[in-house]
Amino acid sequence: MEFKLSEEHKAVQQAAREFAITRLQDGVIERDTNRTHPSEQVEEMGALGFMGIMTSQLYGGSEMDTLSYVLALEEISKIDASAGVIMSAHNSLVLWAIETYGTDIQKEKYLVPMAQGNNIGCFCLSEPEAGSDASMQQTRAEEAGEYYILNGVKNWITNGGHADFQLVIAQTHPEKKHRGINAFIVEKQWEGVAIGPKEDKLGIRSSDTHSISYTDVKVPKENRIGEDGFGFKLAMQILEGGRIGIAAQALGIAAGAYELAAEYSTVRSAFGKPIADHQAIAFKLADMAVDIEAARMLVYRSAYLKDQGQPYGYASAMAKLKASEVAMKHTVEAVQIHGGNGYVKEYHVERLMRDAKITQIYEGTSEIHKIIIARNIRKGELALPF
Amino acid sequence: MKILVCISHVPDTTSKINFVENNTQFDTQGVQYIINPNDEFGLTRAMWFKEKEGATVDVINVGGPATESTLRKALAIGADNAIRIHTEALDATQVAKEIVAVIQENGYDLIIAGRESIDYNGGMVPGMIAALTGMNYLNNCIRLEIEGQNATAVREMDGGKETVTTPLPLVIGAQKGLVEESDLRIPNMRGIMMARKKPLSVLEPQHGDAQVQTIAYEKPAPKGAVKLVEPENIDQLISLLHNEAKVI
Repeated sequence: MEFKLSEEHKAVQQAAREFAITRLQDGVIERDTNRTHPSEQVEEMGALGFMGIMTSQLYGGSEMDTLSYVLALEEISKIDASAGVIMSAHNSLVLWAIETYGTDIQKEKYLVPMAQGNNIGCFCLSEPEAGSDASMQQTRAEEAGEYYILNGVKNWITNGGHADFQLVIAQTHPEKKHRGINAFIVEKQWEGVAIGPKEDKLGIRSSDTHSISYTDVKVPKENRIGEDGFGFKLAMQILEGGRIGIAAQALGIAAGAYELAAEYSTVRSAFGKPIADHQAIAFKLADMAVDIEAARMLVYRSAYLKDQGQPYGYASAMAKLKASEVAMKHTVEAVQIHGGNGYVKEYHVERLMRDAKITQIYEGTSEIHKIIIARNIRKGELALPF
Repeated sequence: MKILVCISHVPDTTSKINFVENNTQFDTQGVQYIINPNDEFGLTRAMWFKEKEGATVDVINVGGPATESTLRKALAIGADNAIRIHTEALDATQVAKEIVAVIQENGYDLIIAGRESIDYNGGMVPGMIAALTGMNYLNNCIRLEIEGQNATAVREMDGGKETVTTPLPLVIGAQKGLVEESDLRIPNMRGIMMARKKPLSVLEPQHGDAQVQTIAYEKPAPKGAVKLVEPENIDQLISLLHNEAKVI
């Protein structure tokens, strides 16, 4: 067993770190306060190849492995978790689905410009009444000749305002329940697509989250992904991989807060010595270091399994559950270590604490992940990891 | 135009500097390495000549296998070929002689080296290369344009600038100003993938051992604590400056 990154992996990690420090750090507090989308930075992420990082070079991507994706997301999310989720939703929800199951025409028309970073994508699954229970889709896609007619509302859509292309999940055959669901590529500019107001969120405030409504939107049949009724299965597969991205984002948030807290504890003194030398703080840092390292191992391993072509659903569920719980717990501790300074924006940790919360909710709540892991245990499918 | 950029593999500017083996060796434990910043300004300008004027860019380092990650980064940024002279770099004469051997073998129109590396701050290699090859030399270079076989360059000097023209071949000592920090490039993902396939030749040293041996390193004395004096306590300030700081 080798716990070692390759030279290329280190180079990706270093490039992402350099990008985060030189391009994302500046203005991150203001973007959070004002809910400003990091459009310029996302454009640069496209030029650097982060916006199509796993997509084949054939379709304009960088063709790197999942571990590279995770390493880059971790570094970016340490500094700006909003930029992290923009990259994650775009890559692992939209690009992966079109590359894996799209037709050649769909790939040419939608995948290539998105993998090159010229267009952003979003994944429209959640609805006001269908969050964790994604099979309860109310959005309808009725067949009408060469088209589907799309009607309904999608909620909490990451990249909703800036995405040019939307991967929309909708019900075509309600009587078939989840087997009647389809997935479509919808263009933002089509008639009947309306982007709702930007959500005013607790965290990841500079990523744009919107509701999107569809009123009699004509979707050409060629824009359906896969066979009729493949949509729900596709959505579940998308989330299986998407979890790795969010796990990496959560890991970055946790590690970013930990690094700030570790540094602060050496420069802040109380009772005549650096607070890092007080056991009360030292033990907090020790707990953080252990938990973050454990989460990192789970996240990297789930990426590794995916790269090896092995089943990774349970591993990514574990990684996402652990990394998001660790992110929430230890960003709170990072604020505590910073004391009064931690409560003000200038020191970054309060933002990371607010950003951490969503990682326990989106792309499967912590509770849903426990269900997934428990089901694997019951089925006796929880394979030995090594 | 053929350009050679000399790349030093130096500790990251935020590294903690410690010495081991009776203060005769730099402690590399936990140290991250980067392209020497002055070299990176030069490399970035070289990339401009590559993209705008079709120059080819080779990068060279004198050092052990550990420096290859730094050379690969230069390749990921866009250099065409990398050369590593397989020997530990111990003094400027040794390094310059090894680089000159490669220059004489391959022939270059422009040699770019940082005006100094940020590890040992020797600042001698580009000058020595120029002396050994008989090429023209311009240090502290903050601007460089090339037209045909002629270069127009600006050199920073105390309190001003000097603009010169000189025929190629030329050696320059690069520094900030040649390009700005905001022009520095982060390798893109495709560049990192391509760097793996670009040639990185490892050559044996031609000129034997270094002449200089390090006897000991010494760190500067740690900075004392700051003493704050209330504005009305002028006498205390004078007493501190006179008796403690001994500056008046």
